[in-house]
Amino acid sequence: MSLLGFAALLALPWLLPLVMPPGQAQFWTANILGRAIVFGIVAMSLTFLATYGGFISLAQMMIAGIAGYALAVCVDGAVPRIVGGFGYGAAIPLSLLAATAMGLLVGAISVRTRDIYLLMITLALAMGVFRFVETNIAWFNGYEGIRNVVGPTLFGFDFRNALVFYHVALATAALLYCGILYLVKTPFGLVLQGIRDNPRRVAALGYSVGLHRIAAFGVAGFIAGCGGVLSTIYNIGISPGTIGLGATVNVLIMSVIGGLGHPVGAFIGSLIFTVFDTFAASIYDRDRFNTLIGLVFLAIVLVSPDGAIGIGARIRRFLGAPRRSLQPASASSIRTAEEESP
Amino acid sequence: MDLAATIVLNGLTLAALYFIVASGFSLIFGLMRVVNMAHGAMYLLAGYVGYSVFEPLYDSDVWYAWYAGLAAGVAFAAVFGAAVQLALLGWMQGQELRQALVTIGLSIIVADQLLASYGGTPRQFFAPDAIFGSTQVPWVGGYPTFRLVQIGIALAVGVGLWLLLNRTKLGMMIRAGVDDRQMLGACGVNVPLVGVAVFALGAALAGLGGIIGATAQPLAMGADGRFLLISLVVVIVGGMGSIIGTALGAVLIGLAEQIGQAMFPTYSVILTFVIMVAVLALRPQGILGRA
Repeated sequence: MSLLGFAALLALPWLLPLVMPPGQAQFWTANILGRAIVFGIVAMSLTFLATYGGFISLAQMMIAGIAGYALAVCVDGAVPRIVGGFGYGAAIPLSLLAATAMGLLVGAISVRTRDIYLLMITLALAMGVFRFVETNIAWFNGYEGIRNVVGPTLFGFDFRNALVFYHVALATAALLYCGILYLVKTPFGLVLQGIRDNPRRVAALGYSVGLHRIAAFGVAGFIAGCGGVLSTIYNIGISPGTIGLGATVNVLIMSVIGGLGHPVGAFIGSLIFTVFDTFAASIYDRDRFNTLIGLVFLAIVLVSPDGAIGIGARIRRFLGAPRRSLQPASASSIRTAEEESP
Repeated sequence: MDLAATIVLNGLTLAALYFIVASGFSLIFGLMRVVNMAHGAMYLLAGYVGYSVFEPLYDSDVWYAWYAGLAAGVAFAAVFGAAVQLALLGWMQGQELRQALVTIGLSIIVADQLLASYGGTPRQFFAPDAIFGSTQVPWVGGYPTFRLVQIGIALAVGVGLWLLLNRTKLGMMIRAGVDDRQMLGACGVNVPLVGVAVFALGAALAGLGGIIGATAQPLAMGADGRFLLISLVVVIVGGMGSIIGTALGAVLIGLAEQIGQAMFPTYSVILTFVIMVAVLALRPQGILGRA
């Protein structure tokens, strides 16, 4: 089933022209699907933490931005040249390392806090990095950011080709997605879920709650870093706006709209978000996209806190076909996080 | 010496503004356990609403233009805050994360609608003649009078809040609610109504900050994010729900920001966050917060 779905997604750029004019199909591949997958990867890092650890971190977009900035600072050909001298083959692993390190750092700083305190601290950290990057010229070229990060040529295929980008992004997303599903079945993943459900009991069993939490943030940092690298190449550069308050909140919106019960929610949410973003003009008003997405977000939080996944599950239950639930044992992590608060 | 005194005075006036805004945030969090992510949006809302009352009056040259703008902005923010608590947050009491998400959604919509109706041009209030101009301050020389008034208002807010919380019946209910909501309800107090009052008061303080802030420096889009961040950091550093803690946090952050900008301009932001991280590492509940 999921293999079939993946094959369908792989073939999507060739299937789309069957249902719409070719020009439009190309637009969908490049501007909607490609972007949705890249955003989805960043959102998935948040969903991973929320679903399996019960941590809502607002630092994920900032961590993605760290990877993007690391790439733009190191790679050859970026304008302005800040460090330079690295090819993509070396710069991309370096960026992922930087993002993982930042993830670990965020995890370490926030290790003694939970729930809304964690939300506040990660938001403050994200905004702090944003304001630092925005005002620092020497390393990040301030408000303007760094341009001309065109991406590598892969086996003779140019990254600027929308089809190549789409497939690389899709493959990355699929690998990370499968990696998460595997990771949560390992002893590490089980301890993480134990921490979500009852940290005190996990500690009593002799596991270090703090170290597992920090490691989980490191994993999420790596995932966000992959998204950051791809989005920087997609945008041919990076500027502070990419990691501002708006962008930070957008990632949260995607995760919540999709549903925090399962990693797949991140991609559902990012697709809904991107479609709204692209077609806001014809629905309401191009400039008022934020009002539109804000209303959708508010409606989801008020009506179905477990997002689109929750709505889907409810419809299935309603139709009387309780075949298999997408959700793990506990319903939505928004709720679980609260039941556990002392 | 003169420069140092000026920097310290700048830091204190900034701290005064930060305290006014953050005290509302801290108050709402202290009683309601609601992280009001729309606090910055309320700051912005009061600023713009106050401005639309202020502008025509100022143009027709009435002396009370600024005061009318102040009253309108603060009142509007209070009503808005009460409405949010009544319509959206009240019935999901206890679901802290969901409430935070609701206020995030609200803040996006409010900021976007403000942008739609007021555009991106910065607005600034002109203080009334009585508190306009400059005053001689020892060691510093001429200093904008309004900035000194700002410190006075912050002191008044601090003392007023302290009196309200420690010397009135409402304050008694609020303090009891912080410790045990259910017991307070069992004693016959209408807890939801107290909640609405607290929310209105917290939002009014954000509004007061909005008007004062927009008089000291231009008001523009983006101020909502900035003051939400400031509120978060001040409250994290000072301790949640403590007035004195909030004041201490505001003074620390205000001074750090000004001293940092004077000594190492491009890295001043980092200083603020070093303070925050150090406090979190040593006292996760904040300097004066209760564990």
